[in-house]
Amino acid sequence: MCGIVGLFLKKEELRPKLGDLLTDMLITMTDRGPDSAGIAIYGDDGVLKLTVQSDTPNETFAGLDAALSAALDGPVTMRVIDTHAVLTLPEGTEPLARAFMAEKGIRIMGAGHSMEIFKEVGLPKDVAARFKLQAMAGSHGIGHTRMATESAVTTLGAHPFSTGTDQCLVHNGSLSNHNQMRRILSEKGFAPQTQNDTEVAACYISSRLAEGANLGEALEGTLQDLDGFFTFVVGTKNGFGVVRDPIACKPAVMAETEDYVAFGSEYRALANLPGIDTARVWEPEPATVYFWER
Amino acid sequence: MQTVDLATTTLRDLNVALQGQSVSSNQTRWEVLNPKGAHAIAVGLDAPIEVTVKGSTGYYCAGMNKQATIHVTGSAGPGVAENMMSGTVVIEGDASQYAGATGHGGLLVVKGNASSRCGISMKGIDIVVFGNIGHMSAFMAQSGNLVVLGDAGDALGDSLYEARLFVRGSVKSLGSDCVEKEMRPEHLEILRALLERSGADADPSEFKRYGSARQLYNFHVDHAGAY
Repeated sequence: MCGIVGLFLKKEELRPKLGDLLTDMLITMTDRGPDSAGIAIYGDDGVLKLTVQSDTPNETFAGLDAALSAALDGPVTMRVIDTHAVLTLPEGTEPLARAFMAEKGIRIMGAGHSMEIFKEVGLPKDVAARFKLQAMAGSHGIGHTRMATESAVTTLGAHPFSTGTDQCLVHNGSLSNHNQMRRILSEKGFAPQTQNDTEVAACYISSRLAEGANLGEALEGTLQDLDGFFTFVVGTKNGFGVVRDPIACKPAVMAETEDYVAFGSEYRALANLPGIDTARVWEPEPATVYFWER
Repeated sequence: MQTVDLATTTLRDLNVALQGQSVSSNQTRWEVLNPKGAHAIAVGLDAPIEVTVKGSTGYYCAGMNKQATIHVTGSAGPGVAENMMSGTVVIEGDASQYAGATGHGGLLVVKGNASSRCGISMKGIDIVVFGNIGHMSAFMAQSGNLVVLGDAGDALGDSLYEARLFVRGSVKSLGSDCVEKEMRPEHLEILRALLERSGADADPSEFKRYGSARQLYNFHVDHAGAY
C-alpha cells in the first residue's frame, strides 16, 4: 500500500512549521505503511551536506567529523540525530567524502546543499520522534510510510531515495521493469545501490536531470520508460513534482492554497493543514505531470 | 437531529449507532461532524434515515447502503457507495475512484467530478455525475444507468453488459464493445426522471446514449477456435 505525503510552501512565514505539518501528515498515513518511515526536508540553503546512517551510531560517529576533516583536508562539522548524522563538507569534496564513507561501510542517505534525509524502520510516530522531525524548518519536504512489497524491510529500503544532489523521490506502487531499467541505468553510470524498485525510479529521474531535462521532462519520461504501478512524488532543490501512471490505481490527493501545495495518498493526511477547508483539492489525473518550482 | 462528532466519538461507535436504526426508528436525522477523511463512514445502513456528513470522507463511505439517504457536504474518497442496494447517496464535492462500484440499486449523485472507474461493474444502481468522469468508467457494467453531465474519459463502458450510459459532453474513447446507440423516447424518459430525481439542471435531448454492442459476451461457434 504505502503512504506518501509532501508539502511545498509558497510563503516564507510557514517555514518554521514545515516539520510540524509534515510530521502530522506522516503519522496519519501510518496504517498505509507501518514498516518504515522517512522524510526528506529542504531546509537552509547553504553549505554542502551529507546525511549518513549507522546502526551503531555511538561507535561509528565518534570522531567521524575529525577523521573526515583530515581526509578531505578541510573543515567538517557533524550533527548527530539518533542513527543519522549530518556532515557539512567543503565545496567539491562530495566524491571524496562518498569514497571515505564507502571505505568505512557507512551508509549515505543523501547529499545536498539544502536537503537532509532521515529514514528508519519502525512506526512513523517512533521514527518522527527519534529524529525530532516536528521541530524541523524548511521550504518543502516529502515523506513516506512504507508497506514493503518488492524488497526487504531495511533502513536502506525505506523511502525517500536520494540518488542525486538535493534530489529525492518517494513511491507508492511497484515497478515491473525495474531489473531491466537497473541494467540500463547502471550502464549510464546511475547504478542503484539496493534491490529496491523505487531506487530505480529515483536513479531514472537523476539520470534525466543530469542529461539536462527539467523536472517536468524527467517526470514525463517515467510514463514512457517505467512500467508498473506508481505514484511518484519528487523533490529537488527548488522544486516539487507529482506523477501517476496511466492506470492510476494508487491513490493521490492534492491541495493548493496561496500558502502551499500539499500531496497525500489520502485526504486524511491533508485534513489538518491550515486553510484546507477553502483549499483547491483535487485528484491528480493519470499520466499527467504536476510540478512547482520556485 | 442526532449529532455525532468524530472528534470525540469513535468511528465504530458512530457506525454501531447508525446500523442500529431500523424501519421504525424515530431518530431519522443524523449529522456527522469532523469526518476528516476517515474511512468507512456510515457503511452498512439499513433504515430510512437521513445522514449528513459535514466535510470530506475517505474510503468506502456509504458502502452497502440500504434505504438510507446519505449526504456528504465535502468530497468522497475511493469506493463511495460501493455495493449500494437502495437508498440515496449525494456527494456535494468530487468522488474519487470507483464511485458506486458493483451497486445493485439506489441512486448515487456526485455534484462535482468522479474519478476513474466510476460505476465499475454496476448491477442496477443509478449514478448521476454533474461534472466529468475518469477513465474506464462503467467497466463491465451489467445493469442500471450512468448519467454524466460533463465529459467521460478513456475507454468508457469497456466490456459492458446491459447498463445504459448517458453522456452530455465528450467521450475521450469508447471501450471494447461499447457503442453509441439511438436515443429512443423510453430512454429520454428514463433520463428525464433521473435528472429530476438528482436535481440536475440539464435537458435530456443534449445527451447521447451508449451501450453494449453485445458482441463480446456472446459465444459464437464460428469463433470456437479462438476461445
